[in-house]
Amino acid sequence: MIGSGEDSGFKKTNTINRRMFIFAAAKTIVFCGIVGRLFSLQISENKKYLTLSDKNRLREARLPPIRGEFEDYFGNRIAKNLTVYQLHVVPEQVEDFKTLMVRIKDILNLSDSYLQDLIKKKNKQKPWETLIISENLTWGEFSKINFYLHELSGIRPVLTVGRNYPYNETYTHVLGYVSEASVNDLVSSDIIKQRNVPGLRVGKIGLEKALEEDLIGKNSIQRFEVNAYGKRINQIDFQEGEQGKTIKLTIDTEIQKYTQELLKEKAGSISVMDIYTGEIIAMNSSPSFNPNLFLYGIKKNKWSEIKNDPLKPLLNKTVSGLYSPGSTIKPIVALSALENDVVSPNFKVNCRGHKHPLELYGMKYHCWKKQGHGYMSLKNAIKQSCDTYFYEASRLLGVDRLNATATKFGLGDIVLGRFFNEKKGIVPSTKWKKEAIGQNWYLGETLINGIGQGYIQVTPLQLCLMTAQLANGGHKIYPKIILDKKQESIEKIKQKMKLAGENNEKDSKLLSATEKFFNINEKNYHALYRNKQNVKFVLDAMFSSTNEIYGTSFSSRIEDPKYQFAGKTGTAQVKRITKEERELDLKINQIPYKERDHAWYIAFGPYKNPRYAVSILIEHGGSGSSTAAPIAKKLFKSVIDRHDLREQVQIKYLTDV
Amino acid sequence: MFIQSSLSDKSTFFQKLRSLDYIMLFCILILGIISSLAMYSTDGGELLYHSESHIIRFLVFFTMMIFISFINIKTWHTFGYLFYVIVLGLLIWASLFGITAQGSQRWIDLYFINLQPSELMKIAIILCFAKYYHRVQIANVNKLRNIIIPILILFVPISLVVTQPDLGTSILIALSGIIVLWLAGVNAKYFIYSSLIFIISAPFIISFLKPYQKLRILTFFDPDKDPLGAGYQIIQSKIAVGSGGLIGKGFLKGTQGYLEFLPEKHTDFIFTLFSEEFGFVGSILLLVVYAILIFRIIRIGSFSRSFFGKFFCYGFGSAIFVYITVNMAMVLGLLPIVGSPLPIMSYGGSSMLATMIGLGIVMSTKIYRRQMIS
Repeated sequence: MIGSGEDSGFKKTNTINRRMFIFAAAKTIVFCGIVGRLFSLQISENKKYLTLSDKNRLREARLPPIRGEFEDYFGNRIAKNLTVYQLHVVPEQVEDFKTLMVRIKDILNLSDSYLQDLIKKKNKQKPWETLIISENLTWGEFSKINFYLHELSGIRPVLTVGRNYPYNETYTHVLGYVSEASVNDLVSSDIIKQRNVPGLRVGKIGLEKALEEDLIGKNSIQRFEVNAYGKRINQIDFQEGEQGKTIKLTIDTEIQKYTQELLKEKAGSISVMDIYTGEIIAMNSSPSFNPNLFLYGIKKNKWSEIKNDPLKPLLNKTVSGLYSPGSTIKPIVALSALENDVVSPNFKVNCRGHKHPLELYGMKYHCWKKQGHGYMSLKNAIKQSCDTYFYEASRLLGVDRLNATATKFGLGDIVLGRFFNEKKGIVPSTKWKKEAIGQNWYLGETLINGIGQGYIQVTPLQLCLMTAQLANGGHKIYPKIILDKKQESIEKIKQKMKLAGENNEKDSKLLSATEKFFNINEKNYHALYRNKQNVKFVLDAMFSSTNEIYGTSFSSRIEDPKYQFAGKTGTAQVKRITKEERELDLKINQIPYKERDHAWYIAFGPYKNPRYAVSILIEHGGSGSSTAAPIAKKLFKSVIDRHDLREQVQIKYLTDV
Repeated sequence: MFIQSSLSDKSTFFQKLRSLDYIMLFCILILGIISSLAMYSTDGGELLYHSESHIIRFLVFFTMMIFISFINIKTWHTFGYLFYVIVLGLLIWASLFGITAQGSQRWIDLYFINLQPSELMKIAIILCFAKYYHRVQIANVNKLRNIIIPILILFVPISLVVTQPDLGTSILIALSGIIVLWLAGVNAKYFIYSSLIFIISAPFIISFLKPYQKLRILTFFDPDKDPLGAGYQIIQSKIAVGSGGLIGKGFLKGTQGYLEFLPEKHTDFIFTLFSEEFGFVGSILLLVVYAILIFRIIRIGSFSRSFFGKFFCYGFGSAIFVYITVNMAMVLGLLPIVGSPLPIMSYGGSSMLATMIGLGIVMSTKIYRRQMIS
């Protein structure tokens, strides 16, 4: 028994130990497995998991970047960042949110609906996220809040910056305005997407939009450690952002303001340009609106008021408005005819009035003057704006040769390229008509094209450039609205123009080719004419149009040589005049507003030593001589009075470089 | 008879004190210190509720373990079944009147401690089986009677724990029991057959599981499927361990734990937190400490004169191993997430109590290693 018992016990011990051994072997393998797993996670894949862990815990908070400012030529800030008083609250840090809100409502006189919107907004966001109670407090409200601050725990009065346009509507069509970034902005601009934070304001139109990349600035970045619930635990570092670039314009605020005044209660546009540097001194479109309204979202009724205004304040007429140039095209037609030896200054046409209009293939072409001008020379035809003469001249010239000259002088192309909605306009040609409309050109169309009607369409800024390029003696200039610190001096430009003129007179195709090769980046104010005398002739004719009796703008002349200017009126029909209407000969206020003619005036001055070109458009203003030209008289006074000041600043800029 | 009586233990108190396993005690103390540090870290580097009560528990239960060491192994043999029956009673009590937390009714409120009887059952089942197989002759082990009865003994508590519901603990109880069955010499083919049956029937078993348990198992296979939901725990745990690197982020500098990305960092995921802060080196050291502990337990078993002592030590040592590997495999993403604490390290009184009782019995096996049990 004992023996067998011992034997059995021995066997049992053996079994247990054997089984334990097998088990221990298995354990060793499993242990190795665990160690292997630890090795793979902690050593082999350490980098991957370290990144994941950092991704877990680190969050970046980007603060709104500080936008660059705009300055005018004289360094006045025309778009700036103002200190804005805001009221923030972090709902999580408030014991009783409702009571607090009621208290604030009392202090700030908030409306019930505003309060409800706020509470809705609060419920949408996380409790530790900042809720903006008010984006723009007045100083009074702000100090009131500060006075009661001790009983408003959790409330944070915050100083931040907001866009401000101190000249209100004066610069709207130049600068545009900023407003909260929309989905569209984010999709279309990478830089906005990249710098976007809640509450970011971006440019919507004008230079604010065009120069977004320079203006937007860099976000300050706060790096936070957050816990699993997204709550900020502590700040790890702070990366200071950068303010956007300050942009200096060539515009003179005083003149810009004055153009605003001149266009008051009218729909129209005024542009003033330096005929050598191409600097835009004023550029206005009327009516305008206050860009400050858009900063915190414009009120609905205010917006629909602007949108539905029949005078179209949203349209920047200077660069985006397309109009028939009317008689303002005549100097170019005359120049083209002279350049192509189609007419000579002595060439005469008899204008016999409405009873004997020009007839071509059964169509009648009337001059604007009922009684007719009689025998007209080229100079008189420009001076008195005789349509009959220009019908004949353009018939001889043909549309394609006119197209070549007009295009050279800046029509039919973008002037600044700084505005998104800048229009090219149309300078028709036979080729253009074939491509755009698919029809052959008719001779009759050449005739009305010669008086600036028909297909031809220009923007007021294009006419200003055209005038400037005529006024400087027929040389190409480079229009700009943003100040170029490397701008050449007037003397140097004049010198270059002279040189270009001399080269032009030599048979210099070869020379200009080599010149082009060497001076590919340099501005060469090359001549746009064949014969300098032709340009001089046209300028003379414009002078007589303003300063000699029977000239169309004679009544708007200034005799003082300091201010004396030369110009050309234009009256552009907006619809075809029927026979009945012609016979009725209605006064301007008898015609419905929408059917009245557009009034144009282009001019340059001072005549003796010209420096500035202007173009003035009054939509549906009637005749150019009665509506647009008188504005030029006032404008030139102001522009030339500011000339010395501007020169001083220019010298300063030149010496700075 | 004479031989037996001469081998019965009559040593003095100092002899007993000397024959305590000091290497084992040292390992336990090391684990106590490491776990206290880890718990201190979960409290964010302050001596708060979790760290404080963990340290107190450790000290109390460690002292208790020393006392248990001096209880004759014979006494444990005598009360082996009774202990099982008492724990079973507590389990039934918990199922009827227990405290419910996180959707599971598994605790009994004893005023000074919330007792989780299922944790004690892990020990009770080993004790019970050790006693059962102590007297079964090797030839009779595979008799039907000796298969059926242990299975019943095992089945009753498991079914109670599963219905609490507590899948993790019930699996660990089952494994504890099966280990002893294996050691006792139950025919290997039974294990093979039953595991085959288990694998085949697994889909049916899964269909009986609670939705959250099903989700956990499915998530295990593809944690990235729902990274913020069910897969969150596995993903965050892997990130924590992986980002620890070779030497870890440093004590109290584990961002995953500190910033509350780690779920259940006090209990089941304590190893994750430790591993994040102490890295690969720390984790291996911890594994080595556990390995030494298990090795000592099994060594004590091998010197034991009684089958009871042998069964218990082998069983308990292996069970500890299983608890550790299941927990680690789980937090390392090698097994589905089921509730299973890491012995001594995890926060939880009942688990600590059960482990310390087990260690106490092991120690007593050493002190009374020459004690024969008839």
